[in-house]
Amino acid sequence: MPLSLAHALKQAAIAGLLALGLAFPILALRSDQDMNNRLIVETRWSWAIGAALAIFALRLIGLYLQHWRANRPQSVRSNEARKDYGTPLAWAGLIILFAFPFVILSLLGPQGALKWINNYGIQILIYVMLGWGLNIVVGLAGLLDLGYVAFYAVGAYSYALLSTTYGLSFWICLPLAGLLAAFWGILLGFPVLRLRGDYLAIVTLAFGEIIRVVLINWIEFSNGSAGISSIPRVTFFGLPFTAGEGGFAALFGLEFSPIHRVMFLYFLILCLALITNVVTLRMRNLPIGRAWEALREDEIACRSLGINTVNTKLTAFALGAMFGGFAGSFFAVRQNFVSPESFTFIESATILAIVVLGGMGSQIGVAIAAVLMIGGTEVLRELDVLKAIFGEGFDPAQYRMLVFGLGMVVMMIWKPRGLISTRTPTIFHMKRRAVSSDLVKEGHA
Amino acid sequence: MSALLSLRGIETYYGPIIALRGVDLEVNEGEIVALIGANGAGKSTLMMTICGDPQARKGEVIFAGQNITRWPMHEIARAGIAQSPEGRRIFPRMSVMENLQMGAALASPVHFADDLERIFTIFPRLKERAEQRGGTLSGGEQQMLAIARALMSRPRLLLLDEPSLGLAPLVVKLIFETIRELNARDGLTVLLVEQNAFHALKLAHRAHVLVNGRVTLSGTGRELLASPQVRAAYLEGGHAAEVPHEF
Repeated sequence: MPLSLAHALKQAAIAGLLALGLAFPILALRSDQDMNNRLIVETRWSWAIGAALAIFALRLIGLYLQHWRANRPQSVRSNEARKDYGTPLAWAGLIILFAFPFVILSLLGPQGALKWINNYGIQILIYVMLGWGLNIVVGLAGLLDLGYVAFYAVGAYSYALLSTTYGLSFWICLPLAGLLAAFWGILLGFPVLRLRGDYLAIVTLAFGEIIRVVLINWIEFSNGSAGISSIPRVTFFGLPFTAGEGGFAALFGLEFSPIHRVMFLYFLILCLALITNVVTLRMRNLPIGRAWEALREDEIACRSLGINTVNTKLTAFALGAMFGGFAGSFFAVRQNFVSPESFTFIESATILAIVVLGGMGSQIGVAIAAVLMIGGTEVLRELDVLKAIFGEGFDPAQYRMLVFGLGMVVMMIWKPRGLISTRTPTIFHMKRRAVSSDLVKEGHA
Repeated sequence: MSALLSLRGIETYYGPIIALRGVDLEVNEGEIVALIGANGAGKSTLMMTICGDPQARKGEVIFAGQNITRWPMHEIARAGIAQSPEGRRIFPRMSVMENLQMGAALASPVHFADDLERIFTIFPRLKERAEQRGGTLSGGEQQMLAIARALMSRPRLLLLDEPSLGLAPLVVKLIFETIRELNARDGLTVLLVEQNAFHALKLAHRAHVLVNGRVTLSGTGRELLASPQVRAAYLEGGHAAEVPHEF
């Protein structure tokens, strides 16, 4: 059906008028103080009209784009023709991840590399790990959890409190933090067993907030919003990363540099994240992992097949929470400081966005999404180039949330099921036959 | 013959609304029992009551000598009752193989390969579709998958809820023949809920008519097929035109 220009113009004009109406109180009127500290209203008609015109143009372009998409010839896609890009991609990613700090170090030297490994490497890997942890709950078991940050907080405070109060080392606290987080996962799991979808999301959201509010208000326990500082730094299995005698650098005959500690942290979080991944991939092949996925698809059918959905849900919550706890205690040992500020709802939302954007259930998709989202927001801080265009007063970091939001909207239009929406089954019937036919082709059989 | 499943005075409610008003019913080992009735008579509710969701408010469900009335659904499945539920409820994003694997969740893994082979002999179509996602199957194939998935748990009693719903006559025939075969060859006990009264009564050893939450008529399949009330209500009314002379 051809798109008539009049119709498109009309639609765009409606959108433009709507935008003008909205822009009037938001953009056109601005309250300010004058010399005598009195409130005055400043008008900015050009802003409002500009916004309306922009919306008009965007809507017009959008309509034509939509029209073009609906009418273009579709290529026929078959399931068989699709190749599995996951495996080679994963191996390439792994090699890049292990090489990354060394490459950066040799390129930029210890001083320049510090920022890259810390802000990009470690920061992204924390979110990859959190994404993979939440992927168990949301992606595999299909339980929408908006309060995942609570377990991150439990892990962080576990290490912070155990190490500052009892002087326990990181390597003892790490499993303890995981266990405690898993315990809280089960504790949250019990009351929400009967809930699904939106209702579950609301309760988990509340749970996340409760943990944060308790941490703020229970001052004797957590030192309130002041947080816990001077948490012991990470050691190389007992060997501190300090200058001088008995430190890591001295023992290995290296010149002391803060880069050693950062590199160690990088490989630590890399290993933790990979453990999360391997455990998840293994679980998918076990009956419990299959039960998670079946639970996501149809709970009643699961129960009628003899699956104990209570245990299935609780293990998903506990395991997801445990990895959140590991990541949390890593966070505490990296920052040497924790406060409730770090565990706000936006963290939960970011982690959930990573899982959803990556494609629920896809490990590699979640990793890519974490790189894009966390790396992307970090990159936006660096865009000083834009100052040349928009003037000195322009701060690109302020616009990162805007860009971020736009990116998400575009993603959801372009790939509504996430970056990697294909799912590899865990069992095949024809595998053997496929192998043997390959051999036939090569003339072996 | 001993009763494998017996229902005694089952009353089931949805909140304040009564759906079953005291149903008594027995299924013997090795039998096919059909339950026919109109929409809203309570057929599916009866099936689900046996499976434990919703549970009966009054009465008892006795299976293999055990009172399973208050058991949780998964325990009932573990006792040996498998169902192909209303609306099939296959796992749409999981492959046919994975669906069957889920069905075998209760069976010992040593049987898996044999059971799979058996299922693929009964339903060769599923073998062709083994790698395909459940949601991409046709209606008939999904019904086959639902039955196959239930069979993978090696049940003592198979509950089938409207296996012919929405299927082409040829597929319905195939599915009913399969049920008959499973019963005759393996001695599988089947409780079948059907709106397609003619086929169900032809197949069943015994049958019950459910009206408004009560069993109003019982007998052998043949008796009910000949009964003037059944003919008037369930056969000549809706289905008579499409009933062939010989099944």
